[in-house]
Amino acid sequence: MTEAATVDARPVRRAARITPIGILLWAFRIAALAIILYGSYLSISSGRLSASQWRDLFVFGISTGSVYALIALGYTMVYGVLRFINFAHGEVFMVGAMMAFYVANALALTPLWASSPVVSLLIVLVAAMATSTSVAVIVERIAYRPLRGAPRLIPLITSIGASFTIQYIVRGLVGPSTKAFPRMVHLRGTTEILGIVILKSQLVVIVAALVMMAALYLFVEKTRTGKSMRAVAEDPETAALMGIDVDKTIVKVFAIGGAMAGVAGALWGLVFPSLNFFSGFLPGIKAFTSAVLGGIGNIVGAMIGGVSIGIFESVGPSLVLAGYEIPAFSQLKDVVAYAALVLVLIFRPTGILGERLAQDRT
Amino acid sequence: MPLLEIDGLNKAFGGLRAINGLDIHVDEGEVVSVIGPNGAGKTTFFNLVTGMETPDEGSIVFDGQHVVGLRPNQILQLGMARTFQNVRLFPAMTVLENVMVGQHSRTKAGLVGAIFKTRSQRREEAEIEERAKEVLSFFGTRLAGYRHDQLSMVLSYANRRRLEIARAMATGPRLLLLDEPTAGMNPRETIELTELIGRLRSERGYTIVLIEHDMQVVRNVSDRVVVLDHGVKLVEGTYDEVSTNEKVIEAYLGRPAELGA
Amino acid sequence: MSQVVDAPVPVEVEFRPAPPLDMSRAVKLGLSGGVAMVLVCAIGMVATFQPRMLIDPILPMGTFFLYMLAFIFGWMAGQPPATLEGFEPAKAGGRNLQAGALAGLLGGLCVGLLLIAMTTWDLRGVFINLSPELVEILTFGLPVAAAIPVIAAISAVAGALGSAIHLLPNRLRRALLPALLWVLVFSLFTDIFGQLFAGLRMEFLIDLLYTGRGGALTIVGAVIVFAVFFALYWWMGGRENTLRQRVKAIPKDKRSRWQIGAALIILVVLYFLPKIMGPFVSQILVTAGIYLLMALGLNIVVGYAGLLDLGYVAFFAVGAYTTAILTSPQSPMFTPQISVLASIPFVMIAAAVAGILVATPVIRMRGDYLAIVTLGFGEIARILLNSEWLAPIFGGAQGITNIPDLKIGPLIFSTPQDYFYPVFLFVLIAAYVTYAVQNSRWGRAWMAMREDESVAEAMGVNIVTAKLSAFVVGAMLASFGGTLFAAQIGSVFPHTFDIVVSITVLVIIIVGGMGSVPGVVLGAIVLIVLPNLLREFSEYQFLFYGVLLIVMMLKRPEGFIPSKRRAQELHSEELSQDAWLEIYGEKGLPEQVPEGGMA
Repeated sequence: MTEAATVDARPVRRAARITPIGILLWAFRIAALAIILYGSYLSISSGRLSASQWRDLFVFGISTGSVYALIALGYTMVYGVLRFINFAHGEVFMVGAMMAFYVANALALTPLWASSPVVSLLIVLVAAMATSTSVAVIVERIAYRPLRGAPRLIPLITSIGASFTIQYIVRGLVGPSTKAFPRMVHLRGTTEILGIVILKSQLVVIVAALVMMAALYLFVEKTRTGKSMRAVAEDPETAALMGIDVDKTIVKVFAIGGAMAGVAGALWGLVFPSLNFFSGFLPGIKAFTSAVLGGIGNIVGAMIGGVSIGIFESVGPSLVLAGYEIPAFSQLKDVVAYAALVLVLIFRPTGILGERLAQDRT
Repeated sequence: MPLLEIDGLNKAFGGLRAINGLDIHVDEGEVVSVIGPNGAGKTTFFNLVTGMETPDEGSIVFDGQHVVGLRPNQILQLGMARTFQNVRLFPAMTVLENVMVGQHSRTKAGLVGAIFKTRSQRREEAEIEERAKEVLSFFGTRLAGYRHDQLSMVLSYANRRRLEIARAMATGPRLLLLDEPTAGMNPRETIELTELIGRLRSERGYTIVLIEHDMQVVRNVSDRVVVLDHGVKLVEGTYDEVSTNEKVIEAYLGRPAELGA
Repeated sequence: MSQVVDAPVPVEVEFRPAPPLDMSRAVKLGLSGGVAMVLVCAIGMVATFQPRMLIDPILPMGTFFLYMLAFIFGWMAGQPPATLEGFEPAKAGGRNLQAGALAGLLGGLCVGLLLIAMTTWDLRGVFINLSPELVEILTFGLPVAAAIPVIAAISAVAGALGSAIHLLPNRLRRALLPALLWVLVFSLFTDIFGQLFAGLRMEFLIDLLYTGRGGALTIVGAVIVFAVFFALYWWMGGRENTLRQRVKAIPKDKRSRWQIGAALIILVVLYFLPKIMGPFVSQILVTAGIYLLMALGLNIVVGYAGLLDLGYVAFFAVGAYTTAILTSPQSPMFTPQISVLASIPFVMIAAAVAGILVATPVIRMRGDYLAIVTLGFGEIARILLNSEWLAPIFGGAQGITNIPDLKIGPLIFSTPQDYFYPVFLFVLIAAYVTYAVQNSRWGRAWMAMREDESVAEAMGVNIVTAKLSAFVVGAMLASFGGTLFAAQIGSVFPHTFDIVVSITVLVIIIVGGMGSVPGVVLGAIVLIVLPNLLREFSEYQFLFYGVLLIVMMLKRPEGFIPSKRRAQELHSEELSQDAWLEIYGEKGLPEQVPEGGMA
């Protein structure tokens, strides 16, 4: 405290008002916490699952969480720059995953698939990234750019429309059936890292995701494009006055977000071997939750949030719900994710690491 | 006992200390002008008093009641209403509707009454409309007649400012807080508004606190002038006392530079 | 020295000739159109539509739809640019036709490329709809090499025709386009018109226009429809006063009499409608009515209070399941088996509770977060309804069946035609509530809150109560819809209550016009009635919604029939001018303003 030392600090005399809403929200908080803690206690003490099984669930959560984290990057960057939720981003991911599945299936018919899995996966990766990036950029050009100055709910509604459009075009093109990802012989089985037994495919997913996220972080912090992205997120008008091409920068934001979603799409097949036109919806919601959980607009936050959500959803049902002897609790896996979304937005909308947004000018 | 008493008010935004130990009082029936260079914390002061921001420290007592921590609509019901520096009307609502909304907290008809069109609801609606027209008539022909059904967004700038004052009047306040009411007006409109402020006190009995930059207005209207700078009260007194005060001049114009670097 | 000032010489302003039409734009449009045409083929629309004949025997719907795209892109390409200040207005001429033809040609060439790709490789492993049937349709049975120039030519002609619209004189265009639209309507909705004419005992019309009951429009029929409507619109276009002017001319007191008369006529028509149109159409109307009821409820939440609720289906489910549990003998938890009518008060209570539960956590949330949280609530509701865990209450994936029919006194409603009336009654009630609330204390408070929440609070509006009440009213209207739905269908299953329903209701009010009852009605017609009437189209319903949402947001975000308030927003300048004329009469000119300056 600097100059203020001359004035005596007077305590704030609040007109204490305990509102019914306040009471309800506190009751909600306490109830949620109690349910989670008690359920966890019951599950763990019942010894239903062994320690290594818990570890497996944990690792599975980290790998799915890595995928969510990659998708979350797109949400968080677009929100940071344009302040709206790009509903269509889940479909950008799905399109990349579709391409990945088809390319992988085509490659699986060739000897390349068995002989050099690394090259095969790289091809799949590039194909998926290219597809996702293109779709993201096209949607931005057609549906979002003309609405640049509109009140915030209008681009949101447009993005809902874009999401539906992409879903049903894909459905029309490739049909409603579920596609399967071809198995990779080299990725069968487990290895051991730091004493933890982990599926080879999960290891690939986690490592690939980490590499891409590190690359993105460096890109945003160190390169000029990254700097201009942060400038536009902070204050588009001033950025334009400083000579930054705001339109191009926004396109780049969408492109990079799309590329990350493409990586996620390519990795999806390693974790969940099935995919259909609707598969973008849930991961999209979970990824958005991750972005908010970590602090919207915050890239590192999106990564942390993604992994957290993955762990919650994987470990949650067995940890919290099984203790209460709920039948078929794994059905409620998605409820855990949605509940996480609701709880985060209600009780900590600024996220774990805090928002990295400019203040709203009123 | 003063109508509004502020004691040791403190508010910081991040590293910026906007209000720094502010003590002000306003007696009933007074017209007090709050002046000071830009960034002195005047609008923040209004925001704190009306509950739109919460102070870090200090107390605000209106009519004997502590109001820190109350929601803005609760403070309004106690009797404080304000206008805004950049006019914030409800643009897609008509002139009349803007003023009718102001009466929301003084009326009580509910949804059930509206749906079933009970006699009390219909009576109250008619009263609300009557009252709104009566408040608007205070501004002469400016906001009268055909203007009632115009969307507030089509009004001229000066009329929008007047409408904002009308809306604040409709809330039935005892204390009116006017934030730069003459900003952006031409000389004729400014004179008219100065007379209006005088009439607000003489005809309607409001206590008025206004933030102003136009010194003519301040001189013609105020009983007392309070000068703010860097979130603290610098000086207070009559216009003549304050306008010749050295510290005030320094706050506005700065100290002469030392010669010879 | 005084100077004599000459009288000012009138300056001739020379208007520069309008810039020539931009051909590169035509190229861009043509390629976009080509992509659209290829996509439409690849997603299977053309093949699905093809079996239906629009005009027997020459115009199948698939081919028509495909070249319709070329027509539309040609129309866009040939559009004369807006007149710039200082330039002469652009006159449509041969160059516009060229632009349209070029756009169409490019589109056709894209389709040709697709054809080559399809016949060179078998792409059905990836794109399931690129089948030999599609090839057959596109080539008209010709060999590929011959077909491509034909396709290109037809496309070019379609594009040219599209751009030719701009060359037509106004009156001709205003008669031609609606007449063509009516031909399209008569050719698409053959079942409806068949049903209508049969119901009115005018079967001869069916034989005149169509190949038979349920058949397609004949060439003769098409010509007759075109001629009749063309003549009608031509005649209307030639008259001095348009319909709107004549309506305005009616003095205010007489106008309400006309309005009542018009309302009565509409009521009479609606009374007979289900009886004439039969069960299939009545079912669609009932579904549309239930969506309309929900839309009016969401209209209050979104349109008045400005809260974007994406989980609205949850309230619909509350109403449906409450009725199911209370009335059905198959209800797993307990079977009070009260009547559907008696369940309504309980439904209202359940809805109010649900509304408060949903609203409480989101009171202080900003708009987009509120949207996502409500979406989360909606999905949680659906999963819980479907779960095995709560099956003892809700019946799990099997749902609850054997919900009895609605009974009001001696009247039993069992068929879709029967249900039309109670649904319509509820819609009327909802519409009345909407109007009543609009001009009331809370209606104003909601609007103020939507416009500027913090200022509304500073002006005395209790935001918490306002948001809670908006949610509760919206929840109640949706749950009435749920009750009617449950009673009519007779059973409830959890998979019915998914996010698509919420989105559909949202699209209805956005496309139709938020805040306006006629707009919402139009939205329900466009989004529910039309796609369900055209069986082939119902497969592409959601694609249609998505595209429609995007187009509406880009072109007309206020909706087709905006509320009077929105309309006032858009025409605010004209309103000011009208007001000026009112004070000063015809002579609103500065020199003739009375002494003492302006008021």
